[in-house]
Amino acid sequence: MPLNLLKFALSKAHPEPAMFTPRDRLKPSYDAVIIGAGGHGLAAAYYLARDYGMTNVAVLEKGYLGGGNTGRNTTIIRSNYLTPEGVKFYDESVRLWQDLSQEFDLNLFYSNRGHFTLAHTDASLRTMRWRAEVNKHFGIASELVGPEEIQKACPQMDVSCGGKAPVLGALYHAPGSIARHDAVAWGYGRGADQRGVEIHQQTEVFGIQTKAGKVTGVQTSKGEIATEKVLCAVAGSTPRLLHGLGLRSPLYIHPLQAMVSEPMKPWLDPIIVSGSLHVYVSQTARGELVMGASLDPYELHSTRSTLDFVEGLCAHMLELFPFLSHVKIVRQWAGMADMTPDFAPIMGKTEIEGFYLDAGWGTWGFKATPICGKTMAYTLVHDRNHDLIQDFSLDRFKTFALVGEKGAASVGH
Amino acid sequence: MSHRLPPLPGEWIDRSQRIEFTFEGDRLWGYAGDIITSALWASGRRTLGRSFKYHRPRGILSLANHDVNVLVQHGQQLNLRADVTPIAAGMVLSAVNTNGGVRSDRNSVLDFFSPFLPVGFYYKAFHNRRWFPFWERLIRNISGLGAVDVSTPHLRTAKRYDFCQVLVIGAGVAGLAAAIAAAEAGAEVVLVDENPRVGGSGCYQLGADDRQAEQVQALVQAVQGCDRIRVYTSTVAAGYYADHWVPLVEPDRMTKLRAKAVIMANGAYEQPAVFRNNDLPGVMLASAAQRLIYRYAVKPMQRAVVFTANRDGYRAALDLAKHGVEVRAIVELRSHLTASELTQAVTAQGMPIYLGHCLYEAQASPAQDGVAAAVVCPVAANGEPQPQFRQTIACDGIVMSVGWAPAANLLYQAGAKLRFDESLQQFVPDWLPPGIFACGRVNGVYNFQQKLQDGKRAGLAAAAFLGYAVTPTAAHSVWLGDRTESPSHPWPIIEHPAGKNFVDFDEDLQYKDFPNAIQEGFDNIELLKRFTTVGMGPSQGKHANMNALRILAKITGKTPGEVGTTTARPFFHPVPMSHLAGRGFSPERHTPLHERHAALNAKFMLAGMWRRPEYYQRPGKRREECILAEANAVRHGVGLIDVGTLGKLELHGPDAAEFLERVYTGRFRNLKVGMSRYALMLDESGVVIDDGVVARFSPEQFYFTTTTGGATAIYRELSRLNTLWQLDCGLVNLTGAQAAVNLAGPDSRAVLAKLTDLDLSGAAFPYLGVRAANVAGIPARLMRVGFVGEWGYEIHVPAESAPALWDALMAAGADWNITPFGVEAQRLLRLEKGHVIVGQDTDGLTTPREANLTWAIKMEKPFFVGQRSLQAIAQRPLKQILVGFMLDPNYTGYPPQECHLVIDGNDIAGRVTSVAYSPTLSRYIGLAYVKPELAALGTTFSIRLSDRSLVTARVSPTPFYDPDNQRQQETVLTTLQEVSI
Repeated sequence: MPLNLLKFALSKAHPEPAMFTPRDRLKPSYDAVIIGAGGHGLAAAYYLARDYGMTNVAVLEKGYLGGGNTGRNTTIIRSNYLTPEGVKFYDESVRLWQDLSQEFDLNLFYSNRGHFTLAHTDASLRTMRWRAEVNKHFGIASELVGPEEIQKACPQMDVSCGGKAPVLGALYHAPGSIARHDAVAWGYGRGADQRGVEIHQQTEVFGIQTKAGKVTGVQTSKGEIATEKVLCAVAGSTPRLLHGLGLRSPLYIHPLQAMVSEPMKPWLDPIIVSGSLHVYVSQTARGELVMGASLDPYELHSTRSTLDFVEGLCAHMLELFPFLSHVKIVRQWAGMADMTPDFAPIMGKTEIEGFYLDAGWGTWGFKATPICGKTMAYTLVHDRNHDLIQDFSLDRFKTFALVGEKGAASVGH
Repeated sequence: MSHRLPPLPGEWIDRSQRIEFTFEGDRLWGYAGDIITSALWASGRRTLGRSFKYHRPRGILSLANHDVNVLVQHGQQLNLRADVTPIAAGMVLSAVNTNGGVRSDRNSVLDFFSPFLPVGFYYKAFHNRRWFPFWERLIRNISGLGAVDVSTPHLRTAKRYDFCQVLVIGAGVAGLAAAIAAAEAGAEVVLVDENPRVGGSGCYQLGADDRQAEQVQALVQAVQGCDRIRVYTSTVAAGYYADHWVPLVEPDRMTKLRAKAVIMANGAYEQPAVFRNNDLPGVMLASAAQRLIYRYAVKPMQRAVVFTANRDGYRAALDLAKHGVEVRAIVELRSHLTASELTQAVTAQGMPIYLGHCLYEAQASPAQDGVAAAVVCPVAANGEPQPQFRQTIACDGIVMSVGWAPAANLLYQAGAKLRFDESLQQFVPDWLPPGIFACGRVNGVYNFQQKLQDGKRAGLAAAAFLGYAVTPTAAHSVWLGDRTESPSHPWPIIEHPAGKNFVDFDEDLQYKDFPNAIQEGFDNIELLKRFTTVGMGPSQGKHANMNALRILAKITGKTPGEVGTTTARPFFHPVPMSHLAGRGFSPERHTPLHERHAALNAKFMLAGMWRRPEYYQRPGKRREECILAEANAVRHGVGLIDVGTLGKLELHGPDAAEFLERVYTGRFRNLKVGMSRYALMLDESGVVIDDGVVARFSPEQFYFTTTTGGATAIYRELSRLNTLWQLDCGLVNLTGAQAAVNLAGPDSRAVLAKLTDLDLSGAAFPYLGVRAANVAGIPARLMRVGFVGEWGYEIHVPAESAPALWDALMAAGADWNITPFGVEAQRLLRLEKGHVIVGQDTDGLTTPREANLTWAIKMEKPFFVGQRSLQAIAQRPLKQILVGFMLDPNYTGYPPQECHLVIDGNDIAGRVTSVAYSPTLSRYIGLAYVKPELAALGTTFSIRLSDRSLVTARVSPTPFYDPDNQRQQETVLTTLQEVSI
């Protein structure tokens, strides 16, 4: 039994203080305003305070802390991307992830499980080889493995897929991990709060005020505030906020759904992804299987659930794991993925001075939380894009300097 | 000792059939119709399961399909709910998640450590980076519920579709009344209930009143006698999806039902009181005790204490007493009570009522597996217990009836807005979407007679919504009467310094966990749920969420209405993956020639949904040898390949040429009738997405192909564009209707000549010409194409004629030793010819310039998809370009593979997209993207293999083979034929 738990048994009153200071009124002005208290917004607030001592900062959240895609994703963390820009960026994120629990003194259940992306066709095998070669070039543990090695790591899997679409190989990424997503938002939120950042939940942003191409303030449901720097980290609501500023983006919103099973005794160690079957699955420390699939095939600004999603995902799950026939699905849910044409994010400065964008995180945002917060904090303080995010700016869609991560998205889109 | 009561009218068991089964190693029996829990309880078992976190003994709580502390394993079936699963002969059952059996679970030591394990304890410890893996293994070892058996077969459960006008969910009193009313008004009704019999609480919450049971029987008979009502029993309406789409989960099937209107008569969940040891076996909800009695004729206990705050508790007391249970006390949480026929009846029977009292704690029996006594004490006006005045009442069971929560999950999913009714202390529907109706308890109506009226009202309202004539006043969309019974107590929660007063039985959350979590800042319902995990267990909070909400409201000084609820998502009860998956739908497409290929020992490969011959296995030959032999046959004789998987589209109309000009990069207006042309398609960002051949058969009729992989998406996109642009042309998808083969090689013309009257001379039918003619008597379209670099014909025929065509070609070609060839040989042949394959030699960002396809672009056209982007891209420096390369002819090491990287110094400078050993050139050849500095002819560059070694390649001109297209010239062909003859 770890010593940290002793105090709970020994003290009469619950010995834990509030993680977040309750906030009522907004101040008339802040050095910076962050819109969106998801993982990304809170991480940026945390690094602003920790690394640059910038604490006169408000994080505004329409709903509750971590209630958007931070709390809806399937928590997979990996860095086996396809482009050099992507690989370097996500690799730095993985490095930050590994120390976060200790840094926060909050257990994020960052669990290194290993990550297999299965290939069922020779075309996907080619893409896997490409990713493996690019990854290895940058020193990232990533390799193409055959069915025998997959079977060794996951002996329960039917690699023949019932004879339909046999697994020909996989991209194996040893650092692949999962984490407790809500705790990530809480850890960053608490860290920021302790350093003086104000987190205002149930505070909606109606618009951003500008004058002569510069940010001057923010209109909120709790009144107007003055600021010269705004960081926008609102995922599916990005197009609406950009529209108010007269900025155009190529973002389009698709629902992304997921589901979870009843708890069962742990049997699945690695994270398994199959692009051809539109499946990704991992087993949590509680014993639940968390499963996801590809985007819904249409644009929709909604988080409703559909029956055909669970039907399709279960059918594909049983092709890989036929023995799950009796396992029951408890719950399904959905989030809104803000997709970009090249499957890479949009980060950094914009043509409006003092307006910084963190968007386009589609289906790949959770894993980038730490590095995204860190680089956006740098960008906001220096008013200069951090080196790691140079290639992700909004301009690239005008200049056709796209990044090209389509091949590395975990499942087909 | 048996706890079975004498036979009762309407009981669900069949006493003529004894069924033996095993539970935790003990041989037990029950009657047919028993569920596992009732059979166990009848045989005197009390500890039926262990809790999730502290491994405390648990018995019956609700007996309503959400007693998730009593999950059992039966062979390969895991997490079976014992309170709904019927017993079957020979069942071998065990409780899930125990270490050493349910009686003496060694993990129950965790109960003693519970002070060390406060809410969210796992966030506060175990996270030292070095030690986490150790702790994690430990945690993973003790977590989870049932165990999955990996030898379980793939179950393929049936699915079907159903339709009705009015779907009534819940066949309790209100649901029955609603179904009858809607059906009598003329609607076709489907009535669904999760229980094996209809009637709901009308059959067991009787208060010893037999007249009510008779009324319910009359309703049941009316339903059974009505041919407009179909009844699904043992069926869960598992969720509500847009447009009244409801999955009905039956034991061995899932029915997907589309209704025109839905009446939600889902009822309510009885809610537990929160007091110390409220989880002991023997402490149960009043409705659970009544179900035990009236359904299974099982005596819940011998001596009971009833803890109540509503009329239902008195009914339960009367039901218990009627069936031989000594009711030792009625502990009434309310301090004022109006006398009613119920209070008079219990008083008349000598049951003492402790007014303004609470159940302070349940005392455990010495064996810790049951109740020995109830400790009761008065409650102060502020709701706090006054334990200094406590009394102990010996009993072996405690029955709780302090309130209800609406089973509104499906209502929320349907988009209904609910408000919190203070007087009723319940969320009730405030606004319902069109076509959605609610009645009975979920609508806040609890009185038996009012439920009948409310059901009728909802049934008529649904019928009126569908256009049936009904009396308007009878068909209000909402209940307008008063709600005379207020069954829910606002604070059925009793604090205790020693805790173990459970709020969430699934997740083992005690009262104190909530103030502690709120103290830590998790002070709104969504955050509280995520931090404490309340409502995240298998029952999804059916008996936890309401109390959690009350606690949060009280501590934060809000009303439950202000606190609100968490989002209700499917499913209502968990659904097995086999039911959701059904038989699975992963179609496999075969071309009409599939049998021919199989007979020729084809090795098939996946191409999208298609199966295509990769190569044909020759006896005793390796894969590579087979492929080389096939390629050789095409180069020197004649080969035949099935290309029927290509997308095949036809476009008709005056604007057909204009349409093609817009969607493809090339010119098609000037394409002559009887000719074809390569066609390249871009997306709006200027990226190459598809290619094919466009043939013109008349001025207004084009026939064209797409790639195999792109066929579906391209047809969809072109249809979209055609709709958008409103051009006067029509698009027809012939991909499945037409078959196609490519007859290629120097001898192809001679073979074809035997089967057609068409003039095949180079002058009459030139390279890239297209013709319609009979081949072997089959009407066909012929296209002279050169993808593999030889004289050849693509022959398109109706799918049903394809086998006859194939057989005729094979027979006619016998003299030339015609050879079927597969995808691999074709890939090699086209590589020698330098043709790119879209998708292999291009990726999601490749521009025509990078792929060396600018020759196919006509920028001077007024418009085509991607044109504007190409203009912008043209301003940017080229980052990479596709080049041909060759290895040294003497190279003997491992060949590079597709997607190996081109390395320049320490940097990535490109990648290989295609590579193969060319028999014609006797060396490895390939295509690779390289940065422009490396693209000049003759430049050498390095390719890095998987083992990190480098191979030198030299940029070479393409086509590697027949660069001047000599093979398409008749003079050359004639020479070749003479040689080969």
